[in-house]
Amino acid sequence: MTDRPSESFPCVPASLAAVAERSTVIVCCGPGGVGKTTISATFALEAARRGRRACVVTVDPARRLADSLGVESLPNTPAEVHGDWPGELHAVMLDSKTTFDELVERYARDAGQAAAIKANRVYQNLTSALSGTQEYMAMEKLYELTGSGSYDVVVVDTPPTRNALDLLDAPRRLTQFLENRLFRALMMPTRLSLKALNVATQALLKTISRVAGAEIVQDAVTFFQAFEGMEVGFDERARAVRELLADPATAYVVVTSPRSDALGEAEFFAERLGERGVHAAALVVNRIHPRFSPEGAHVPEAPAGSELAALVDNLTELDEIAGIEEGAFGGLAARVAPAPVGCVPLLGTDVHDVSGLVAVADALFGAAPHAADAAGPPAGEGTAVG
Amino acid sequence: MDVGAWCSQSRVWVVAGKGGVGKTTITAALAATAAAVGLSVLVIELEGKHGLGTTFGRPGPVGYEAVPLRGPPPNGADRAATPPAGAIWARRLTPDDALLEYLADHGLQRVSRRLVSSGVLDVVATAIPGIRDVLVLGKVKQLERAAVADMIVLDAPATGHAMTFLTSASGLLDAARGGPVRQQAADVVELLQDSSRCRVLPVTLPEEMPVSETVESASMLEDRVGVHLGAVVVNGYEEGPAALECPTGDAARRAGTVLDPWALEAIEAAREFRLRRLRLVGEQVSRLGRELPLPQLRVPRLGTPAIGPRELDQLAAAMAHAIDALPATADTR
Repeated sequence: MTDRPSESFPCVPASLAAVAERSTVIVCCGPGGVGKTTISATFALEAARRGRRACVVTVDPARRLADSLGVESLPNTPAEVHGDWPGELHAVMLDSKTTFDELVERYARDAGQAAAIKANRVYQNLTSALSGTQEYMAMEKLYELTGSGSYDVVVVDTPPTRNALDLLDAPRRLTQFLENRLFRALMMPTRLSLKALNVATQALLKTISRVAGAEIVQDAVTFFQAFEGMEVGFDERARAVRELLADPATAYVVVTSPRSDALGEAEFFAERLGERGVHAAALVVNRIHPRFSPEGAHVPEAPAGSELAALVDNLTELDEIAGIEEGAFGGLAARVAPAPVGCVPLLGTDVHDVSGLVAVADALFGAAPHAADAAGPPAGEGTAVG
Repeated sequence: MDVGAWCSQSRVWVVAGKGGVGKTTITAALAATAAAVGLSVLVIELEGKHGLGTTFGRPGPVGYEAVPLRGPPPNGADRAATPPAGAIWARRLTPDDALLEYLADHGLQRVSRRLVSSGVLDVVATAIPGIRDVLVLGKVKQLERAAVADMIVLDAPATGHAMTFLTSASGLLDAARGGPVRQQAADVVELLQDSSRCRVLPVTLPEEMPVSETVESASMLEDRVGVHLGAVVVNGYEEGPAALECPTGDAARRAGTVLDPWALEAIEAAREFRLRRLRLVGEQVSRLGRELPLPQLRVPRLGTPAIGPRELDQLAAAMAHAIDALPATADTR
């Protein structure tokens, strides 16, 4: 295949493979639109190719990929993807709402309390409206699957988070919400506690009623009443999830494309991880333009205006783009060093089946022994890269 | 169609699309296109991205107060002045800012900071989903009503969130039982549905997944919100020279050149790579045309990974050219 990246790329497949071979938890994070879902699935596939039992949690897969992984029919429950590998590959599509429901059922006193919570309007909106909730549910699912004992490694694809911090802050953010002091005070039924609300608080409540309608305050109070007694369980669970996220065995893989806007976001993300004392385990740069000429090669001369001249121009143009891209992610690679950097060449189209994932895995980790001499994709039917 | 006339069809333009398709770039290019024909433009950013300023050669985040990005300086010393003809200004609107201003406008400035800092806003926003978005859109409506610029370009959040963003007002209308917030939502819905005031400009890349998602979300926005789609922008469009069809060996023979084996191989590989990509671009663009019958504004793929003022001008020129090529009757929607 000609469109494999040349040796000049700073790829270290051996140590990248170590991430797939040794980690028990892999969190793929990075900006939206760079192919995070594909890369997550590829890490899980590679683990399976190395004989491990792997499960990938996808958040928002493209429909055709979801179809071929078989996750769409059964959200929130892992399904096995069968293929020619010694280990196991399972995939699950996250359903935040159901995950939250399951949490509520787990920590509710009884079926009545769970039902009351689930019927509340504030609760029903929580997953979609409270920023960070979807992120937290992805992490919650990760925690649940990791603890199930059914998998050697769980890979989680993260939602396209606008604020990189949401991911790590999500568990705390939800518990803070649940512990909102103002509303907790409101729940106390005595006159005394109402008096205890200071003037500023009363003004706040008046404001809310005035702007949004008095029912809103009532809805919120009902919600916190229904939740009464469950905060402790939730809080403990959130702490356990936070510990898992901070565990040194949890590998964070930063995924980006070589475009400067994506790189900027990825860099921001790596920086934030660093501030939390978390070091990225790997950087994956997806959709890199391949380089066609050997480094330092002298481009042949062609008569001006000839077809050959146009073809040589095309070569030069593509090589220039490849060169610019290589230079563009050098800074990020240095920031995450000594973490390995993996590169996936741009081949043309989205990954929408398992053979597409295999092609990406080959590019990222090196071809599996049995697939080493497989032919490249036919022209126009490129198999990578989403 | 005349560029000025096209841009003046509505005052508010919402640039929408999936993450990674270049929304911010297209937002900037649309602003530059309009400013080039003498319109005053205000760009509104919703997320604290740094991309917009860089595009205009002024890196750094844009704040709540409007900052000039390009064009003639404001007339006089009035800081609150609106952008003069041919200028592009930008400001960032966050839900918290919009809420604080809303509360201040309603004489509640004293409690407003605390409302945000105490976390009560989170509770309220959850009880009334969409309130944050409605507040932001309400502020946009206020700017539109005040005619602060000939064109107001809104860099919408990535799809998924863009859907919620634009459907928030109609959703809130169904849910809210009264109060000024409901009125705000009604005003926003009215703005979104009026093609003489507001249009949505979906942006896509000529690739499979972005095209599918654009077709799906654009139709949904039309049906659910009743927005008017101005055109669809195909970012990263490319065409190649006819010579790409000619195998390298033949081209070399015809040119009377003998190529080194490595060169023959490299040129041929680059040719095949380019052809394959052009074929995919062609397929996706025609599929887009079939599934989303809207005029297409094709903007070229630039070889550079970053977009600066020079690249922006190239994109704006391409956009003006594409608008120019639209039939005058293109917009009958």
